[in-house]
Amino acid sequence: MISDERQRAVMEHRLSGLKRPESGWSAPVRSEALAHIQRVGLPSRRDEYWKFTRPDTLVQASAPKAALFDNDESPVFGEVDRLKVVFVDGVFDLELSDELALEGIVIDRLAAVGDQGSHWAESVYGKLEQRGQDPVVRPLAALNTAFATDGILIDVQQTPSKPISLIYVHANETSDAILHHVIRVNEGAAVTILETGPAAARFNKCMEIELADDSELHHVRAQGRDHERRAATHMFALLGARSQFKSFTLTVNGRLTRNEIYTELSGENSSAHIAGACVGDGEFHHDDTVFVTHDAENCDSRQVFKKVLRNGATGVFQGKILVKPGAQKTDGYQISQSLLLDDDSQFLAKPELEIYADDVACSHGSTSGAINEEALFYLRARGIERAEATDLLTLAFLREAVEEIESETLADEIVSRLMAWLLRHRPE
Amino acid sequence: MLKIKNLKVELTAKGKSILKGVDLSVEAGSVHAIMGPNGSGKSTLSYVLSGREGYTVTDGSVTLDGTDLLDLEPEERAALGLFLAFQYPTEIPGVGNMTFLRTALNAQRKARGEPEMSSGEFLKEVREKSRTLQIDSEMLKRSVNVGFSGGEKKRNEILQMIMLEPKLCVLDETDSGLDVDAMKLVAKGVNELRHSGRGFLVITHYQRLLDHIQPDVVHIMVNGRIVKSGTAELALEVEKNGYADMMVELAE
Ligand SMILES: Nc1ncnc2c1ncn2[C@@H]1O[C@H](COP(=O)(O)OP(=O)(O)O)[C@@H](O)[C@H]1O
Ligand SMILES: [Mg+2]
Repeated sequence: MISDERQRAVMEHRLSGLKRPESGWSAPVRSEALAHIQRVGLPSRRDEYWKFTRPDTLVQASAPKAALFDNDESPVFGEVDRLKVVFVDGVFDLELSDELALEGIVIDRLAAVGDQGSHWAESVYGKLEQRGQDPVVRPLAALNTAFATDGILIDVQQTPSKPISLIYVHANETSDAILHHVIRVNEGAAVTILETGPAAARFNKCMEIELADDSELHHVRAQGRDHERRAATHMFALLGARSQFKSFTLTVNGRLTRNEIYTELSGENSSAHIAGACVGDGEFHHDDTVFVTHDAENCDSRQVFKKVLRNGATGVFQGKILVKPGAQKTDGYQISQSLLLDDDSQFLAKPELEIYADDVACSHGSTSGAINEEALFYLRARGIERAEATDLLTLAFLREAVEEIESETLADEIVSRLMAWLLRHRPE
Repeated sequence: MLKIKNLKVELTAKGKSILKGVDLSVEAGSVHAIMGPNGSGKSTLSYVLSGREGYTVTDGSVTLDGTDLLDLEPEERAALGLFLAFQYPTEIPGVGNMTFLRTALNAQRKARGEPEMSSGEFLKEVREKSRTLQIDSEMLKRSVNVGFSGGEKKRNEILQMIMLEPKLCVLDETDSGLDVDAMKLVAKGVNELRHSGRGFLVITHYQRLLDHIQPDVVHIMVNGRIVKSGTAELALEVEKNGYADMMVELAE
């Protein structure tokens, strides 16, 4: 709830610059989302859910300037056969994108179909986000629903032949982008969604995923490297029976990143694996906030988050497993670990379990530590230089998270990006 | 080849003196054994040779083929040809055994200005050399020493030694925890490496390893000093009478 006039003023200021469609199928849910924000306000430093991450720059009226990061690195997933959908500073780029057509799926752009009277996405857009507002409010997601300017709506009727790759280009130093994607995977179908790039100076992105029975969604994201960019992203996934949701995020650089993932296992025997690896050097604040709700029997969930931090970088993990009454035989696992490469960096973790069923197996653990000196010496005694040995141990530390990626090609790509980053960031 | 002169070492953190003036020379082509009771400083010597942190050299010198070792980083010593088979090999989860071995081999080659070994050639070599040590491909695929039995860890050390072809091999109680068959495998591996250009320093607590690896010289270390040196006969004497006699002799 809005607690004081200052918070109200911040909200009003932020909302004043935003426009939303007043007609079309998305208008009612957008109005509801706006009403929700007006009730609860935008995140403030006093919110328990924002205890470790300052939301100021995410809620202020305009995006703080973020320099573009030039480098001639080859594009991530560049070698993967994929359907490219490109947004430059949050604006769809027809030239750079492939034709939005692929057998088995229907793709629309939110901006292109938003003024229609009805659309299949109506049953998902803003709806899963609404479910995710309880028991913890997520005002930035509601803001996204209300004011998203574009996004893609993908209806996966049959398994497509290649991944759909969302590419976010950052070209303007003050860009402020709000994108909202909806993905519905129908019974028996499977799809892989890739996301890459820094996107904008400030990026608010929401992705809602509805998984029908026996469907699968694999999500692999390489969050952009621009040092000064900021992002608040949300994923909402609703899982049908025997469905599988696997999401992996690599984050390198970025002044501020808050990735929230809200997953509901609502069909029996479904499975959600959510993982992340991040490497931060210097002014880097990365927050993974994950909420997994078990609401059906025999489901399993894994949360595997690894963070490598140096030179004053900060990592945050807030992870919760909620097992609702009746969700028997739940298998819930959660691990969050940080590798602190110096004394200046910090890791803040809040792992939580809340269980209302008696026949469940849930475990969680969180650790923070330095490089293992004994292992380092062993490698060096075999002739491997300190810097290279440190990199080997760092990659080894991240491996458990990367292993959550099912596709070997995609996992290899992530590992090679990590290696390149480590090489660039070797201490002098 | 290896020349240790009046080496005095203390634990940096505690200032406790461990090595109290060790003199030892290992010539190319020879095998020297060091025996001694627990706690006499044998492992400390091996760690100081390889450059582990935590020890302060207060006096003396160590050279390998004329190069002062004590000023060098552990990786530089390895590239010069020093190899330590650890008494307790470290487990490194997440680093594959093969990746590790290949990285180490090529790092050493690079440091010496030699061309790297191609992955094809490397695979062929590893397969061949692991076979003699009865290390199966499943073990090679695992993380370094993770889930290995005591004997497997020791054989893995020897595999690394064979692959890296060092000039001076230091084996710290490689025999402990091995059954007779495993010990024979290890001894065979070592014996096949014996070569006119290579020296060995074999640290052991028991004489039995020396039945399989015939030493040229045996040294007895007690309380941070080499108190006696002799031929292989000396090891047999120790086996029969223990160290007690020697310590009494010293006290007199
Ligand atoms: N890191 C350490 N901390 C405390 N004491 C140590 C340490 N390393 C060695 N020592 C002590 O130094 C002495 C020699 O140990 P070590 O070299 O392991 O002997 P050995 O290998 O001959 O059994 C022992 O008294 C041991 O307790
Ligand atoms: Mg010892």
